[in-house]
Amino acid sequence: MKKNLCLIPLYVWSAVFIVFPLLIVLYYAFTRDASSGMSLSFESFSRLADPMYLGVILRSFKIAVIATLVCILCGYPAAYILARSNSRSKFIIVILMLLPMWMNFLLRTYSWLTLLEKSGLINSFLSLFGVDPIIFLGTEGAVVLGTVYNYLPFMIMPIYITLLKLDQSHLDAAADLGANPFQVFMKVTLPFSVPGVLSGVSMVFVPSVTTFVISQIMGSGNVTLIGDIIEKQYRVVNDWHFGSALSVVIMIIVLAFMYFINRGDVEANNGNGGRLLR
Amino acid sequence: MGEKILELSGIYKTFEGQDVLNGIDLYIKRNEFLTLLGPSGCGKTTLLRIIGGFLTPTEGDVFYLGKRINDVPPHKRNINTVFQRYALFPKMTVGENIAFGPKIKKWDKARIDRDVDEMLRLVALEGFRDRDVRTLSGGQQQRVAVARALINKPDILLLDEPLGALDLKLRKEMQIELKRIQQESGITFIYVTHDQEEALTMSDTIVVMNGGVIQQIGTPQDIYNEPKNAFVADFIGDSNILCATMKRDLVVNFLGYDFECIDRGFGEDAPVDIVLRPEDVILKPVCENLPCGEVVSSIFKGVHYEMRVEVSGETIIAQSTVNSVPGTKVAIYVEPENIQVMHKSEMSPDRRNKSAADIAEGEN
Repeated sequence: MKKNLCLIPLYVWSAVFIVFPLLIVLYYAFTRDASSGMSLSFESFSRLADPMYLGVILRSFKIAVIATLVCILCGYPAAYILARSNSRSKFIIVILMLLPMWMNFLLRTYSWLTLLEKSGLINSFLSLFGVDPIIFLGTEGAVVLGTVYNYLPFMIMPIYITLLKLDQSHLDAAADLGANPFQVFMKVTLPFSVPGVLSGVSMVFVPSVTTFVISQIMGSGNVTLIGDIIEKQYRVVNDWHFGSALSVVIMIIVLAFMYFINRGDVEANNGNGGRLLR
Repeated sequence: MGEKILELSGIYKTFEGQDVLNGIDLYIKRNEFLTLLGPSGCGKTTLLRIIGGFLTPTEGDVFYLGKRINDVPPHKRNINTVFQRYALFPKMTVGENIAFGPKIKKWDKARIDRDVDEMLRLVALEGFRDRDVRTLSGGQQQRVAVARALINKPDILLLDEPLGALDLKLRKEMQIELKRIQQESGITFIYVTHDQEEALTMSDTIVVMNGGVIQQIGTPQDIYNEPKNAFVADFIGDSNILCATMKRDLVVNFLGYDFECIDRGFGEDAPVDIVLRPEDVILKPVCENLPCGEVVSSIFKGVHYEMRVEVSGETIIAQSTVNSVPGTKVAIYVEPENIQVMHKSEMSPDRRNKSAADIAEGEN
């Protein structure tokens, strides 16, 4: 009984900040403006069948998947080297990695513009060698770059923390049993770090799917993502019903994604637990 | 037991300016059960890791069948290890753990299958093949670790305090079990422990180490009966270590009396240490030509009584099946062949006493 009383603040907090806003979103998603106030309607959802919106949703997922993969490819080696090194500079490297995260999100994204602009640092440098200016901004590649840059630390940290818990004796044992360094990595280190990679994936993928600031700054308005459309519904078009419907759809897709990630996580933690049942 | 399978020559190892090994020379013969015995921090695990290939010596060479293998990484050595905490792979079954080495070496499936079963039989774990290793008891995990190493048919098996985490009863059972496995498989075992009884029970050869230096190499009987110095005597079993003077060949003086002994070659009136095993100290009725003292305590130990006797300022421990109650006046006698005479060393009782006296002076 006492325990339940202690949980009351949590319930209140969840109700005010999670459940209530969600209900408002749902309410708007399933209604539309009518002369007599609001009325129940699925009109917002039927509008989603428009190929343009489907295209935007697909592009959002494509960019998020690519960004997540790039984050794994760059983040895993970084986390691995960091976790395996005994150097005293380890702490400094971790701080350096986290430092950009303490800067304003907009500021650090805008700073890429000065690098990538037509007359930016990179193009100025290339022009010294007679290379014509390259258009970076306004491409999907630029959006991926911005996303990777902003979310990479969220991939590195969980992998790093998982790898720190890896027992040196397991690596020794594998080497002792004849595994070369590559086999040790594939058979011991990688399986061990799967939970870290999965939590990294969910921390990078979810915000990547719904981002709108990065696509606006790096994409110069050429690369429209689902986040941009949702934002426009609220702030420009003023169609809260459609914006809410889009949010609900994205939320369902992301929840489904998280469910699969979590299942993979549980399986990885159980090891052969699943096999015993089969 | 035949050829030298492994030879260590002048091994030094330094960690961050700290000398851990100071010139180890040692060879191991095929089929030998060799134990590295010493207190924690004596360098025995470091030596084992050098043999396994996990560390390279700062100085000196490791020879395997005459070939220098200093730079051969662990996965290319035909040596396997049973790690201190077993280091079983937690996400694999017993069978998968044991099959790890063969799978890496790409044995064919039928052979792996057969050998895993054979190993499970060897370590008495039939029927455990599909069990999750995390559900096993300490003793069972220990056996899996042994099986996982042995299936690779190593020339040498290294065991790093493998029984340290087990309770006393299980430890005794596993000692016998390991010795049986070693004899059945015919594999050379190099065993690291700080438990002298374990070393005496299982080994063909014991290497006593202290401070990164080998103190003595010998059979369990040698080490027990003829310790080379006070450290070995003190470390192996209960013992009375006394300062003595070698009067001449075959005569040693301690506790103020001359005793007949069987040692010679120490010179005349040479200061030495002697070891008297408690079971060799015979308590006799008081008489003139033997040192006499008074029993101060007596404890029943099961088979025997252990008595402490105060003789001219020294406490002598004696074991006997006959009890002498505290307060009894007794004489101390030791048969000549049971007096072990040793050269003075770092650990000599008089040096220890002296340092104790120094400390006392400092406090005053």
